[in-house]
Amino acid sequence: MAYVAIADRDHELEHHDPTTFITKYIWSQDHKVIAIQYSITALFVGFVALVLSGMMRLQLGFPDSFSFITPVSYYQFITMHGMIMVIFLLTALFLGGFGNYLIPLMIGSRDMVFPYMNMVSFWVYLVSVIVLLSSFFVPGGPTGAGWTLYPPQAILPGTPGTDWGIILMLVSLALFIVAFTMGGLNYVTTILQARTRGMTMMRLPLSLWGIFMATILGLLAFPALFVSAVMMTLDKAIGTSFFMPAVISMGEQLDHAGGSPILFQHLFWFFGHPEVYIVALPGFGLVSDLLSTHARKSIFGYRMMVWAILAIGGLSFVVWAHHMYVSGMNPYFGFFFATTTLIIAVPTAIKVYNWVLTLWQGDIHLTVPMLFAIGFIFTFTHGGLTGIFLGNVVVDLPLSDTYFVVAHFHMVMGVSPIMVVFGAIYHWYPKITGRMFNETLGKWHFWLTFFGTYAIYLPMHYLGFLGVPRRYFSMGDTEFMPESAFVLNQSITISALFVGVVQLLFLYNIIVSLKKGKEAGPNPWKATTLEWQTPDTPPKHGNWGHELPVVYRWAYDYSVPGYHDDFIPQNVPPNPDIPAHDDGTHHS
Amino acid sequence: MPLAVALIVLVVGTLVFHFLSPWTFTPIASNWGMIDSIVDLTFVVTGIVFVAVNLFMAYAIIRYRHREGLKAKYEPENKKLETWLTVLTTIAIAAMLAPGLFVYAKIVTVPEGATEIEAVGQQWHWSFRLPGKDGEFGTVDAKLIGNDNPFGIDPDDPHGQDDVLVEEAIVHIPLGEPVRFWLRSKDVLHNFTVAQFRVKMDLVPGLVTHMWLEPTRVGEYEILCEELCGIAHHAMRGRVVVDEPEDYQAWLDSQPTFAEIQARAPGDPALGAASYALCAACHGSQGEGLVALNAPKLSGQGPWYLKRQLQNYKLGRRGIHEDDLYGKQMAPMAATLVNDTMIDNVVAYIRTLPDTPAPATVTGDVAHGAQLYKLCAFCHGADAAGIEAMKAPRQAGMTDWYLLSQLRNFKQGLRGHHPEDLDGKQMGFMARTLQDEQAMRDVIAYINTL
Repeated sequence: MAYVAIADRDHELEHHDPTTFITKYIWSQDHKVIAIQYSITALFVGFVALVLSGMMRLQLGFPDSFSFITPVSYYQFITMHGMIMVIFLLTALFLGGFGNYLIPLMIGSRDMVFPYMNMVSFWVYLVSVIVLLSSFFVPGGPTGAGWTLYPPQAILPGTPGTDWGIILMLVSLALFIVAFTMGGLNYVTTILQARTRGMTMMRLPLSLWGIFMATILGLLAFPALFVSAVMMTLDKAIGTSFFMPAVISMGEQLDHAGGSPILFQHLFWFFGHPEVYIVALPGFGLVSDLLSTHARKSIFGYRMMVWAILAIGGLSFVVWAHHMYVSGMNPYFGFFFATTTLIIAVPTAIKVYNWVLTLWQGDIHLTVPMLFAIGFIFTFTHGGLTGIFLGNVVVDLPLSDTYFVVAHFHMVMGVSPIMVVFGAIYHWYPKITGRMFNETLGKWHFWLTFFGTYAIYLPMHYLGFLGVPRRYFSMGDTEFMPESAFVLNQSITISALFVGVVQLLFLYNIIVSLKKGKEAGPNPWKATTLEWQTPDTPPKHGNWGHELPVVYRWAYDYSVPGYHDDFIPQNVPPNPDIPAHDDGTHHS
Repeated sequence: MPLAVALIVLVVGTLVFHFLSPWTFTPIASNWGMIDSIVDLTFVVTGIVFVAVNLFMAYAIIRYRHREGLKAKYEPENKKLETWLTVLTTIAIAAMLAPGLFVYAKIVTVPEGATEIEAVGQQWHWSFRLPGKDGEFGTVDAKLIGNDNPFGIDPDDPHGQDDVLVEEAIVHIPLGEPVRFWLRSKDVLHNFTVAQFRVKMDLVPGLVTHMWLEPTRVGEYEILCEELCGIAHHAMRGRVVVDEPEDYQAWLDSQPTFAEIQARAPGDPALGAASYALCAACHGSQGEGLVALNAPKLSGQGPWYLKRQLQNYKLGRRGIHEDDLYGKQMAPMAATLVNDTMIDNVVAYIRTLPDTPAPATVTGDVAHGAQLYKLCAFCHGADAAGIEAMKAPRQAGMTDWYLLSQLRNFKQGLRGHHPEDLDGKQMGFMARTLQDEQAMRDVIAYINTL
């Protein structure tokens, strides 16, 4: 049979509507339910990781004041905090959550192309989370190897959690990767195969470009982590020596020989650096749509934005060793990786310019999603610029492994993606639930989070200049650290605890608004993309009723000259009375 | 509008913080001032972008904030503007990268004739080796590492015989001469960092890494480990002393070689017995300790530990804090052992004394103590028998009231506060995790059950 696009076969495809509570909400194959399952699980573990960060900040601000924080538990807290935030919150939420919810709706499809696999993806993810959290309850507790899990330390007894914790961590990661792969294949295939009529790739909203590219990065990068996890499990469990050279531990000769700790670092960062963009690119995409919608203006330089996403995605595979400038790898690598790393700053900078230029000459509605979107630009610019310090190999030498690094990656990979997460949740909340959130609470949430996080991370960079090392349980009386550095640490801790508590506003808002929020209507933001044009809000199973939408225009027809409304949904046919405009995509 | 004001306030606040912050680079003590220059350059370039982007955004928000009747301009692209921005960004990036790589080329090129020093890392200690008179390091092998050959030097390699070994975490380097540090780890990843030197490098088991610098300022600087290496990562400290060349030479000449250490005669207990007569007055004829005189049990303690503490007393690294009354009593006693041979002899004699476990006098919550002891076990061993390689003495069966008094001393900084007592400093870090007297009693009550 000749190839027929899925959208053109809509009438032949069967749509099994779920009939029971269990098939509708538990073992659901509906992408929207799976998205919500993913999101709730991710946010839950995210809150666990937030509490962990509060505990470590208590120790750093007020050293040796709490009996439940010892070097053992401290290193367990930082390890679990880091891994949960990067993988189990951000990756899962952006792709499993937003990806799942938005892809079929934005491309005008009824669901993912493999709904069953999509369901399995969530349940395997849930198992990976349970395995991970179970390590808090096993003998020896979770691993305290740091989220980078560098061997030999990660599996030798000088580190906490080498009985069970490290094994559970590695198993959990392997399960997560299985889950991600099932979801990821789905996202990519769905975007490529299930777009509705008229939805060319160059008409995709940038949200989907970001999610699409991030998923491809994930599919290519996660296998490197997978093999590292398998090999390290073997090193630990049956005494192989993939990453283990001949070493002495606690005064005893071990049987390992010939393995390479640096090999693990290469594999880890071959995954780990694309991982930064697996988190960043969906954020870039989502925030682009938020800015355009709430500024009532077409995204500036759409094609450039798409190319920048592709370029960043491609380059992200050739910069990994900038995490390893002082790892002991061949120092001449530094020339290559510093160059590639600084090149990646160019497409990234273009994205920042284009976001700001989207605001320029716009009609800026400072709604809650817009506040977070602008907060993102500010924090991302800050975090991106400090990345130029660390990417440039000579500047990295004094700053590597100091609080400058911690401040940099929290700004660029913690605060700024979280700004997008909040902005996007507020933005799509009315579609997902059919109700509006409380605007006042949302604004308070923004202001306190925005200022609070800056009060945490701006000063933290300067501790790094001073030379304060990261991953130190306490500083003791280190001679070059002035007393004022300890005061600064206290101030950072107070800000961090404050920001942590403020997140309750968000939880309260999204939970209470489920019942108390006022009816949102189908398209409260007057947005152009297809998910706002569904016949039902929240969209029902199958999304589109009897007929799939047909797309006639790109995703950014805001404030088009000649039209009365300041937005034209993608499924509105051209008006023959108004001359066609150049939407910048030059595609029909 | 409040948002625009907030952005402006944050931009201005960031600049004010930057220029007024007392927290800046620790004053440099090496030749790598060029790194600081590149950092300054990067600050200027990125600072301009930071201010420009955010102020422009704030201005856009003020000027184009929603008002009745305002309509956005429809402008999907502006090729000329996009091209200009791309070109300018590329130039700015190149302006930071090119000088950076230029400096980096110097960093990876070690000058001929640099002084060579090997820094050896292990959980959670530093030691050092120099090539000796022949200028060549002897070969080493991890499989040869043991308590009597902590560096793992091949005894059959003639180059190794004259290697100078520094078994404590303090190393000297000569002012104004290039120094290449070879870096080697016995167990896990570590990192050799002196903040004042700017450059740093990981220690990787299985291979030898290196870095070089030229110290430019006489002084003492702390070595920090900056690659997570386990629960005492933060307490893995060492010291670099930058000396005038003649002082350096004097220090170097006073350090033993591998051959000298191997050739050292073991202590003679018979000779040590005479010296011990003085010790017996307080510690008891069997080394059993005497609480009334605040003298701990010595018998059964690791000889390496007794030796090191005697040396610490002699060198003024212990027993000097004015509130450490019993330590101050011990210091002059230790001074009567005028050389290392006498110390070796007396320690050898103590080793011959019968090791009868000391009676338990400290009580506490054993279950809670067991929880707390998990941290101690990393170095002292799960059985509290002590691990020489970890430089951790035996606790089980020793006088428990003494353990308590020492935990107090460590926590309060009466012991382990001398900058050169790095092992004591490490223990201080750990003792401070015990919140109060009760926690100390609990952990000792648990040790009494071992």
